[in-house]
Amino acid sequence: MEIIKPGINLDFVGKRNIAFSVSGVLILLSLAALAVFGPKYGIDFAGGSLIQVKFAKAVQISQIKDGLNSLSIENATVQSMGDAKDNEFLIRTDTTTVAAQQLAPQLKQTMEAATQAGVEIRRVETVGPQVGKDLREKALLAIFFSLIFIAIYISGRFEFKWIQSAVVAAGLGGAVYGLFVLGVSMPFIILAALAVTLVLFWLLGLKYALGAVVALIHDVTITVGIMCVLEKEFTVSVIAALLTIIGYSLNDTIIVYDRIRENLRKLVKTPLGTVINRSVNETLSRTILTAGTVFIVVAALLLLGGDIIHDFAFALLIGVVVGTYSSIYVASPIVLAWEERARKR
Amino acid sequence: MKRFSVRLVIVVAVIAAGALYCIPTFWPEIWPHKKINLGLDLQGGMHLVLAVDTAKAVESAVERSYQDLRELVRKNQIQGVSPERPSPGRILVRVQGRDNIDKFKGVLEKELRELKISTQTPDPDTYVATMELPGAEADQIRKLAVDQALETIRNRIDQFGVSEPDIRRQGDDRILIQLPGIQDTQRAKDLIGRTALLEFKLVDESRDANAALQGSVPAGSEVLYKIDEDPATQRTARTPFLIKKAALLTGASLTDARVQIDSQYGEPYVSIEFDKKGARTFERVTGENVGKRLAIVLDNKVYSAPTIQEKIAGGKARITGRFSMEEARDLAIVLRAGALPAPVMILEERTVGPSLGADSIRMGLISMLVGGSLVLLFMIFYYKLSGLLADFEVLLDLVLIGAGLAAFGGTLTLPGMAGMILTIGMAVDNNVLIYERIREELRLGKTPRGAVDAGFDRATTTIMDANLTTLISAVVLFQFGTGAVKGFAVTLSLGVIASMFTAIVVSRLVFDYILDTRKIQRLSI
Repeated sequence: MEIIKPGINLDFVGKRNIAFSVSGVLILLSLAALAVFGPKYGIDFAGGSLIQVKFAKAVQISQIKDGLNSLSIENATVQSMGDAKDNEFLIRTDTTTVAAQQLAPQLKQTMEAATQAGVEIRRVETVGPQVGKDLREKALLAIFFSLIFIAIYISGRFEFKWIQSAVVAAGLGGAVYGLFVLGVSMPFIILAALAVTLVLFWLLGLKYALGAVVALIHDVTITVGIMCVLEKEFTVSVIAALLTIIGYSLNDTIIVYDRIRENLRKLVKTPLGTVINRSVNETLSRTILTAGTVFIVVAALLLLGGDIIHDFAFALLIGVVVGTYSSIYVASPIVLAWEERARKR
Repeated sequence: MKRFSVRLVIVVAVIAAGALYCIPTFWPEIWPHKKINLGLDLQGGMHLVLAVDTAKAVESAVERSYQDLRELVRKNQIQGVSPERPSPGRILVRVQGRDNIDKFKGVLEKELRELKISTQTPDPDTYVATMELPGAEADQIRKLAVDQALETIRNRIDQFGVSEPDIRRQGDDRILIQLPGIQDTQRAKDLIGRTALLEFKLVDESRDANAALQGSVPAGSEVLYKIDEDPATQRTARTPFLIKKAALLTGASLTDARVQIDSQYGEPYVSIEFDKKGARTFERVTGENVGKRLAIVLDNKVYSAPTIQEKIAGGKARITGRFSMEEARDLAIVLRAGALPAPVMILEERTVGPSLGADSIRMGLISMLVGGSLVLLFMIFYYKLSGLLADFEVLLDLVLIGAGLAAFGGTLTLPGMAGMILTIGMAVDNNVLIYERIREELRLGKTPRGAVDAGFDRATTTIMDANLTTLISAVVLFQFGTGAVKGFAVTLSLGVIASMFTAIVVSRLVFDYILDTRKIQRLSI
């Protein structure tokens, strides 16, 4: 059986300007979403408390809120979880430490009094503001470092420029650490570092690494943007999903790059654009299939895995789709764009 | 046959080892060995991150030096000395008169060498000096405070009785505690978080406590409260006591603390026993202060303040306070385990009830089953017999992940289960890469043998490259991640490695075996 017929020849490279425009618009929209809506931090990053309660019989959210008010927890949000028949709710407050330490048993008592139903406290999470800040920084650093390591690997592996790319990475790593010690805010450091990385790759002619990193930034930005628009929560496990996307979306990119490299050796006289387009077409079947199998399992996780894993699976699902698109339409055309620009000079 | 005999041995060995290491988890009666640890999010339990307030430890060291200083001045009868504490970390001393200054400096030199004199005035008649603990000394105190807190908390938890607790230091001043399967989380938190500093102090009877509250508190004394809760109404009453600051004896001198029941009222109390030195001190102190009141102070709360009737020898005392049996038991535990050198704060708490953990496992398994079956069916549908081989390898990967977790003592968390599910989807990718390449080579007109050889050779580097990047991400994640997410990084890494092994080595072995033993005209791919 074959989904993509062999010998298929779609003009991906010829449509790259359309693809670039689409991607550009999506990235701008994502950045706008990030600026306007902002990421909705889960308690891992924002600090606060989260309590998951299950009642023995049906209760109204207002009853729960009354109970919370009597504990003088005012700005709590109460949200129903899972099926209505589960009578399960998630309570969030930004209270931490002192109040929260006694919260669970008090809450149980108060809830039982307020709703006249048996209460089971199923989960309590409290994260202090300092821990939240630490985790935010760690998360950004993690994303940054995996991008950098991958970039080194790509440029080393595909262009045999291990030393150049290692120097770039070491410099960047040092600069990031230095700025961090100086107390510059982490998001700015990372943004600056990424911009510098791209410029350096461009100037040093590390075109494959450039394409890969652009594609990865593209994937992460758009995934984050969509999460912002849909008001999904950013938790530690969503960051794990983003990192997985970084690693995974590259699989497809590498498959195409490998084929480009192979074809470049075979078709010496053919123009690069043709080689790239041919390579993308030849690997199209694999790209679709590998993405498809991952898509299936992630979708299963999203639909059946339960609430705790929901945001993680959601981020992953978006990432798989966007990552597959970028492997076809972004990563390789960037290599071509660099070549054309370099030849003009 | 010879060309794959070595590989065959390796493959068989890996499969056997994988199966072997999975046995303890599923059939512990056959081989009771290391099981796969379930994370707190799956089995239920409590995860705590505490910060030790190390600044407080330094402050109390300064406070002790300050008390020593006052004591020395009194003992040596130096006149004209007025010590003060302008801030928690500093001591300010003003000495009048040349003789006094010389004497004071002598004492300082001989007895209080740990203090660093940071500023002093050169005036020969009035000596003003600010003293504090030197930086290295303060660092040492901070470090010791965390070490000691860790040890104390470990003792408390051991005595509380939690199976397989995990207590470790995190960073400079944090302590990570994982208590699997714990039910009464509030009690555990109280037990862990309590400073449990037991002190015996004299009641300052120079004036009434309420009067002291109105006016000035005499130097060297402070107002502490006794808090009584009526068990029926839950109303609390606070009784102030004027207590001398100097502790005559502390919980550090205890050798034992146990719960006993008062024969008269049937109320539990905690009986404590001092070590030899403590017993002597207690005997001396009670002897010197007959008729006065001795307060038993725990964490700056007065528990009782009985009048000393006579000299108490034997080194035994009791702490009463309308305890419930549980409270008395916990108090005995914390007293036996010793006081925390500094207060601790809970920075992070994650508690998962056992029923939620079970739900998570169930939902994780269901999604694995559904997603996995879809992928496996698709592979058979798309690649026929070769697809079946890929499916078999995916199952083998799952076994190998389980074995890896058990063998290396990894922990399976909910994100870890997600990692296994993801592995199913990504493991077949390697087979897809190989099979697509073989199909491509077949279309070029190669024989099955030639196509298989070329397919594996060409696809291998691609698979290596593609999986390495996922591995890089997983390693970074492991480095930066916390608890449950680390579990994801671990299963993902194990999955990547296992699937590379099965796709490249195991598949090749099977293909080679079939091609070598049978005359195959067409590959089922």
